[in-house]
Amino acid sequence: MIEFLSGLGRSGLHWLAVLGRASAFLFRVLLAQDAVVRRFRLTLAEIYSVGVRSMLIIMVSGLFVGMVLGYQGYITLVNFGAAEALGGVVALSLVRELGPVVTALLFAGRAGSALTAEIGLMKTTEQLSAMEMMAVDPYRRVFAPRFFAGFLSMPLLAALFSAVGVMGGYIVGVGLLGVDSGSYFSQMQAVTDWHEDVMSGVIKSIVFGFVVTWIAVFQGFDAEPTSEGISRATTQTVVVSALAVLGLDFILTGLMFGDM
Amino acid sequence: MKLRFLEVSVGVFVLLGIAALFYLAIQVSNIAEYRDRDTYHVVAYFDHIGGLKVRAPVTVSGVRIGRVAHIVYDPERFQARVTLAIQAGQDYLPADTQASIFTAGLLGEQYIALEPGGDYEMLADGDEVLFTQSALVLENMIGRVLTNLPGD
Repeated sequence: MIEFLSGLGRSGLHWLAVLGRASAFLFRVLLAQDAVVRRFRLTLAEIYSVGVRSMLIIMVSGLFVGMVLGYQGYITLVNFGAAEALGGVVALSLVRELGPVVTALLFAGRAGSALTAEIGLMKTTEQLSAMEMMAVDPYRRVFAPRFFAGFLSMPLLAALFSAVGVMGGYIVGVGLLGVDSGSYFSQMQAVTDWHEDVMSGVIKSIVFGFVVTWIAVFQGFDAEPTSEGISRATTQTVVVSALAVLGLDFILTGLMFGDM
Repeated sequence: MKLRFLEVSVGVFVLLGIAALFYLAIQVSNIAEYRDRDTYHVVAYFDHIGGLKVRAPVTVSGVRIGRVAHIVYDPERFQARVTLAIQAGQDYLPADTQASIFTAGLLGEQYIALEPGGDYEMLADGDEVLFTQSALVLENMIGRVLTNLPGD
């Protein structure tokens, strides 16, 4: 019994310590954000590796998710004789939920894990300490550009995902299943509100971008400097990001759409 | 050369992302409605609003000229107080305009149809629509039909 309690206490303290380190780390990264403008080339390179190279997987996934939504929505709606409402179903589910959430999950797997592994390896090979020895601030040189790149890329990727998904739904709904093209888009515009739906989705994706990048960069920074430690940190990044995104999504959805 | 490629691809990425947002705004959502933000508000009291919701369309002759801005129950009049936001350009509604709650399609949403009257005075901001017709409630209609059925 005492064993159990002490184990519980130990893991609680452990997580509290991690949270504290993560917050202190985030604070220092945010303070170093001036480097984003001063060393813009570094930021550019990071946006390239985090954003541009995630573009393809995001767009392909968006297309397929949109196409599946088109199929499933049609199958359900046609029972009620409301197949014309397909556009609204596809657009709302993409813009509100699937766009930000699936993009964040893919982003954590594609870009987050790479960030963690890269920074973890830098730490293991003592590049970070070497930088400090040369009076180069790793927060400015390494963390700040990466953090900003992830923060900037996520909303853009999520918007791409939703836009491509809407087109995917169009391909299946209008092209294959014969929903009227005009009613696809007019239904969509009738139910999707710019402020309430699209902007909420954008806000979600900004929050997810912040959280996923924070987790990824911090896990790399906090990794145990061994090959095993890096592998564990990379796994942790994907797992913790996924849980954080899904949990936050629930809370954000409640806050944004709860009173409807 | 390497840096140039980097810059160009990041530029393309950012442009594409913004273009996607624009696409969502213009093609997917109703941002066009936000353009004519200038509206004036008219109040109508209904005995029963059925399934009317906020943001439901307000139409004249089937043409959408505004939307429902606000619905509350007025405990003094025992009626539902519905505020209509009508585009500022559409300010030629006579004071004796009638507002009715209709249903679009079988499963469709409910909307407010305005039928202009013949008054010379026009409705202005804050005015009340005097003539209203409530939503039809299916149960009431069935009840009325049953009581009006000829006896045996």
